[in-house]
Amino acid sequence: MPRTSDTTTHAPRIYLRNVSKRFRLRHTHSFKESFIAALRGKQLSTSFDALHDVNAVIGEGESVALLGFNGSGKSTLLKLISGVLVPDDGDVLTRGRIAGLIEVGAGFHPDLSGRENVYLNGAILGMTRAEIDARFDEIVTFSEIEQFIDTEVKHYSSGMFLRLAFSVAIHTEVDVLLVDEILSVGDEPFQRKCLAKIRELQRAGKTMVVVSHDLEMVSSLCGRGILLEHGRVVFDGDSKDAVSLMRSR
Amino acid sequence: MTDSVPPLDLRGFTRPGQGSGLFDVIRRRYLLSLIVRKDVGVRYRGSVLGWIWSYVKPAFQFVVFFFALGVFLRLNNSTEVYPVYLFSGMILVNLFNEAFSNSTRSLVDNGALIKKIFLPRELFPVSATIVAIINFLPQALVTLIVCLFVGWHPTLVKIVGLFVALAIVLVLATGLGMLFGAMNVSFRDSQNFVELIVMVVTWASPVLYPWTAVRSVLPPWLLEAYLLNPITSAVELFHAGFWYPTTSGAPELPPHLMLNALVGLAVSILLLGVGQLVFKRFEGRFAQDL
Ligand SMILES: Nc1ncnc2c1ncn2[C@@H]1O[C@H](COP(=O)(O)OP(=O)(O)OP(=O)(O)O)[C@@H](O)[C@H]1O
Ligand SMILES: [Mg+2]
Repeated sequence: MPRTSDTTTHAPRIYLRNVSKRFRLRHTHSFKESFIAALRGKQLSTSFDALHDVNAVIGEGESVALLGFNGSGKSTLLKLISGVLVPDDGDVLTRGRIAGLIEVGAGFHPDLSGRENVYLNGAILGMTRAEIDARFDEIVTFSEIEQFIDTEVKHYSSGMFLRLAFSVAIHTEVDVLLVDEILSVGDEPFQRKCLAKIRELQRAGKTMVVVSHDLEMVSSLCGRGILLEHGRVVFDGDSKDAVSLMRSR
Repeated sequence: MTDSVPPLDLRGFTRPGQGSGLFDVIRRRYLLSLIVRKDVGVRYRGSVLGWIWSYVKPAFQFVVFFFALGVFLRLNNSTEVYPVYLFSGMILVNLFNEAFSNSTRSLVDNGALIKKIFLPRELFPVSATIVAIINFLPQALVTLIVCLFVGWHPTLVKIVGLFVALAIVLVLATGLGMLFGAMNVSFRDSQNFVELIVMVVTWASPVLYPWTAVRSVLPPWLLEAYLLNPITSAVELFHAGFWYPTTSGAPELPPHLMLNALVGLAVSILLLGVGQLVFKRFEGRFAQDL
């Protein structure tokens, strides 16, 4: 786990060169099926290009909105940057510590208490014990669920759950934050609070890649927009222009 | 946007998703400890007896085998201190079986996490093995107490042997768990296959019967193969450490046991290496196939 690096260097944070990702859509799910299909000369799988020849360099402190319709490859690209998936072609290179918030509360366990989950998730997102200890109160205060912190998470309302999960994620010590569709968590006051926190991180020089279908919000949050269509980059530039291009399609 | 990105100075850059395998598990040991604690804590949650189950299961298994084999098949008469013989071998094979089958399933069980957040995936089979150890420790303690009760006078070498046996079993279970676990992600046949192996393991080593019974029916070269099974060496080391020092000294231990055990340990380490290699090969597909 790389440490957060000092902010004096100005090399890019994310470097994508000719990145392609192909998914095999398998038609067989056991040795037996595969064997029979192979014997009959049937195709075992068809492939599908989720991303095709994507190029981009994302600099330090930059905030980028990743736009596109459903299935255009946004989540796939974030997963490649976070290392969950590996590219079939091209290079994905990153510098510094990266937290991919592909889904809020992915590492939460319903049978553990809020407190235990904060520690487990903090560690999953790459924090050390000392870092979590130091931030624990801040995390709980931000989520505003102090009263329930020792209750099992399965007894939380879905909003409370999202609050705590988002709060852990946003308090991780990182250089690059990948945010997928999670700014819509919680009620309106909490959403405002999240946006304020994100702006604070931007001012602190963190790099961000944000996916959201709330086009107004995301284009006001990020200066740059990358528009994906069927796995290809069709526009890379000012986020307002990206949004109007997307609306015109 | 087809024009390529300009080349640049790549110092300080890393390729996400390419860890250094089991070494990363050591580096992320705090996370490992939390995952183990989660698995242990969650295991018997919501059951009235809770952790008592981890004693009840081996106790029942012991009673069944003791009556079926010890009493009905009279092994109790022909083998000195048969209860200790039976129990000391049984707990070791149970440790192997549990570690092996849990680590095989660990990746599929943690699929939701693997699909969304990158973390060293080796954490899961390793934590499954550690959970099996935690389950094993009280059973080992019971064995020790019973041994002391019936009169136990081991030598230092025999006690060292106990740890060699544990090393064989744990390294082998983790290695095979990684191997079959990685295949299990794409082909769930793997875990069924492992269930078969686990069923055979208990009978393919001298756990329920003495190895001398095998000697009397197998030709020498087959006996040699039987004794080279790393699990057999580990089980015999456990017998040598726990059971043998409670007997009159009349029973026979297999020939050159320590040598066989060291070969077994070497084989286990080799298989751990193979497991890690296969794991790395398949790892790129985990997140998309789960
Ligand atoms: N593991 C997988 N196996 C096969 N196909 C996949 C897999 N993951 C994603 N895909 C396919 O890749 C394409 C892009 O998916 P992706 O999740 O990146 O879309 P998205 O842009 O995030 O969409 P949304 O706006 O709905 O979140 C989809 O057609 C999807 O079916
Ligand atoms: Mg998506």
